Amino acid sequence: MFQYIVRRILIALPVLFGVTIFSFLIVNMAPGNPVEMQINPDATAADIALKKEALGLNDPLYVQYVRWLSGILHGNFGFSFSTHQAVTGMISDRIGPTLLLMGTAIIIAYLIAIPIGILSATRQYSWMDYLSTSFSFLGISIPHFFLGLGAIYVFSIVFQIFPTGGMNTLGGTGGFADTFNHLILPALVLGTGIAGSMVRYVRSSVLEILGQDYLRTARSKGLKEFFVINKHALRNALIPIITVIGMDIPLLIGGAVVTEQIFQWPGLGQLTIQSIGSRDYPTLMAMNLMAAVAVLLSNLITDVLYSVADPRIKYN
Amino acid sequence: MSSTTSLETDRKADAPRQGTPLIEVQNLKKYYPIKKGILSKTVGHVKAVDGLNFSIYPGETISLVGESGCGKSTTGQAIVQLDPPTEGKVIFQGRDLSTLSNTELRQLRPQLQIIFQDPYSSLNPRKRVGDLLAEPLLVHKLADKSEVTRKVDDILEIVGLTKHHRNHYPHEFSGGQRQRIGIARALILNPKLIVCDEPVSALDVSIQAQVLNLLKDLQQKFQLTYLFIAHGLGAVKYISDRIAVMYLGKIVELGTTEEIFKNPRHPYTQILLSAYPVPNPHLRNRNRVVVEGDVPNPANPPKGCSFHTRCPLAQSICREKTPDLMGSGHTVACHFPLA
Amino acid sequence: MSSNLLEVEKLQTAFKNDKGEVISVDEVTFNLKPGETIGIVGESGCGKSVTSLSVMRLLGKSGYIKKGSIKLGGNDLAQLPEAHMRHIRGNEISMIFQEPMTSLNPVFTIGNQMMELILLHMKLSKKEAKMYAIEMLKKVGIPRAEEIIHEYPHKLSGGMRQRVMIAMALSCKPKLLIADEPTTALDVTIQAQILELMKKLRQESNTAIMMISHDLGVIAEMADKVLVMYAGQVVEEADVFALFDEPKHPYTKGLMESIPHLEYDSHERLASIPGTVPTLKHMPKGCRFHTRCPFANEKCKNEKPPLLSINQHDEHKVRCWLYEDQHQQILADTQREVHA
Repeated sequence: MFQYIVRRILIALPVLFGVTIFSFLIVNMAPGNPVEMQINPDATAADIALKKEALGLNDPLYVQYVRWLSGILHGNFGFSFSTHQAVTGMISDRIGPTLLLMGTAIIIAYLIAIPIGILSATRQYSWMDYLSTSFSFLGISIPHFFLGLGAIYVFSIVFQIFPTGGMNTLGGTGGFADTFNHLILPALVLGTGIAGSMVRYVRSSVLEILGQDYLRTARSKGLKEFFVINKHALRNALIPIITVIGMDIPLLIGGAVVTEQIFQWPGLGQLTIQSIGSRDYPTLMAMNLMAAVAVLLSNLITDVLYSVADPRIKYN
Repeated sequence: MSSTTSLETDRKADAPRQGTPLIEVQNLKKYYPIKKGILSKTVGHVKAVDGLNFSIYPGETISLVGESGCGKSTTGQAIVQLDPPTEGKVIFQGRDLSTLSNTELRQLRPQLQIIFQDPYSSLNPRKRVGDLLAEPLLVHKLADKSEVTRKVDDILEIVGLTKHHRNHYPHEFSGGQRQRIGIARALILNPKLIVCDEPVSALDVSIQAQVLNLLKDLQQKFQLTYLFIAHGLGAVKYISDRIAVMYLGKIVELGTTEEIFKNPRHPYTQILLSAYPVPNPHLRNRNRVVVEGDVPNPANPPKGCSFHTRCPLAQSICREKTPDLMGSGHTVACHFPLA
Repeated sequence: MSSNLLEVEKLQTAFKNDKGEVISVDEVTFNLKPGETIGIVGESGCGKSVTSLSVMRLLGKSGYIKKGSIKLGGNDLAQLPEAHMRHIRGNEISMIFQEPMTSLNPVFTIGNQMMELILLHMKLSKKEAKMYAIEMLKKVGIPRAEEIIHEYPHKLSGGMRQRVMIAMALSCKPKLLIADEPTTALDVTIQAQILELMKKLRQESNTAIMMISHDLGVIAEMADKVLVMYAGQVVEEADVFALFDEPKHPYTKGLMESIPHLEYDSHERLASIPGTVPTLKHMPKGCRFHTRCPFANEKCKNEKPPLLSINQHDEHKVRCWLYEDQHQQILADTQREVHA
């Protein structure tokens, strides 16, 4: 197992290297440059040239790249063009809120999707099934920003149950209850989106398991249907669903970017949008890299989880 | 038996094993690597087929029998080059197939055909039977468009279907009919050798008989040579001229059908025969040799004779030295063959 | 007779589908005594498996027993509430299946799956249940039972898994064991091992067995009496020796003649039954076999034959009009005896 993980990480390194080159090139090919964004409209051409020189933007591309890469290897993603803070510091400030939001969203998604998926599968073609299939269809097809705005309108403006955004009440003392109160809406919005596709996976996965011989064996022992489904079927149905978690992480990152922006959630997603808006190259490239690492890591975790859930799978 | 049919006399008169063989299999090996470690190093091999030598003579039916994992299907696929061997030669009419170029091999393919156990999964469900049968003809340019329809109709008649079946899809047929289509598809190319890989194992008893009879009739009519792969001994006995018994990738005994059934010389053959449930309740308390244990893992076969772990007659030499296939005609790979 | 363990009377099982219902098994009647083995033989789709699943009441959502009774002890299983039926499954009747490779749950250990059953039906502590499971595994010839109990099914070969299934099925000392093609998926030498094991255990436990198989060889090895099924009905019922020595129904005869024999030479052509089994939707009128029967006459095409008794003790029955005279003869003989 350990050998397997090492091998996977070694394989991931060239991929990451490619990602660095790619994100560096794309960001540099994008029209507009940070100097134009930052400098005030009255600045002379000489001022701009001076500023560009100072930021190292006049060096050949490969020099810029090597400088950036060696910085990363030292844990230094450079300084933000817009806030002039260290990017590493900005990321570490914001990674907590993002993980909190994503983690809660995943938990919510599973709490919704697994029971609904099982009910839907065990009562195939009943009204329950049609209802949950429609729900999942909605969950998949409604964009996060729309769902988010709708949720804010209903829960924050009309009923005034939850705050409209942010992570803590401004001027408040903060604390767990306050954060939790702010967390619910964005996590729900993000979670329902994932739950939508997850319901379909759980449903089809359980449906497939329902035809398996070992369930007949379980019934022939005299087990109650409840145990047949929730012990024997569910454990097997969850194995393919693990793959889906791995595939959902990138989706979640994309969703988080939008959701954080709408709810003013101080996470990496919001930082990404801000850095795009201000052509903040160092931050943007760091975010790209983070996303790539997250995807590779989630794939690895998926495969490891696989071998934990399914005794038939052994890696070496 | 008084009612000896012409079929039987023909078989005797044919006296296979004479003249030049159609196929010579020399030291055939098929290994699958086992990979391990950070760099996926090959740490060993599953020896699915491990050094087979035998010949197939024109017009005969030779059967490979053995339990699952003995390498019989792998052998069949290696001979028709579906899954080319790791080592060794398959010589077809004097030409070593492993030395042929892809083009040359493609030209030979029509003569080496194979039919499978599950005809359903080997027929494209989205194609009509007529197209399924025409396809190989067109691919190998063995008929032009005008002839194809007639040839397809002919072959359908020959395997006991009608030309109306041309426009049907595979799922509209029963298992037995599908196997007839599988046979037709092989036969339409006018092959010399047909490898029959468990062709009746998935069929009901009464349908098995239909298909076995059909295979026999076709052999007579078109001078076909069969390599018949099966685990059902009844079918094997009915159809074979010679039988090769396989165990863990090796042939342990090879002889005529009569020799194998009347006078099995390898302990494994004897056990296999006595294990077969006989449809006669009066024989239920016969003295049968029941062997203990499972077939060993082919990735890690026992040293010496691979059957020694289960053999009731094993001695110390069996654990050390691998016996060769010995004898002329009826050959056996055993240090202590039965008389 | 009151000494019967199981009495199945005119069982009719149907399945619902979107076009209505199809009758899968019709007019199946048989009795089974304690310790007796009945073989049910027939080709795919003849209803032999549905018959066994009806006895277990494991017909799924779309299947149900439409008519008839299944009496075990004092209970009619066809009428029993599900909760009561669950107490019978695995306890009084247990079952082993065709595919040992897929019949055990891959994500639970052997011990877990055995103990689940033992704890459900027997009043044992967890520790006792484990000891008992090990004892059962040893009984079915599993080496290193103490270690195997902690293993997952994929570590075991097909033969070993079927042994585990048998150990599990016999754990609660059932009165009836249903074995649905228990050796079909196994290699010949392993099949022989499993059949020998079943014979040994049958002797020790006096469990009655319903042995379902398409293989006449397996039936001849194991059964005391045999039901031959065709297209959802019993077409012949007889003592195993009578059936193999003197098969009566044209279908049984056809079946016997189409198996290649090992014990004597025949290079003659195999007899084969022409045509294919009719589907449930297109069941022929009259006798269901008449479309494939070489002896069919007008009556066979139009009138359904009943299961006719053709010997004195009601042991050999055939669903065929050809034996009507013989049946009348027997009836007359019996009546004369009664009067005398």
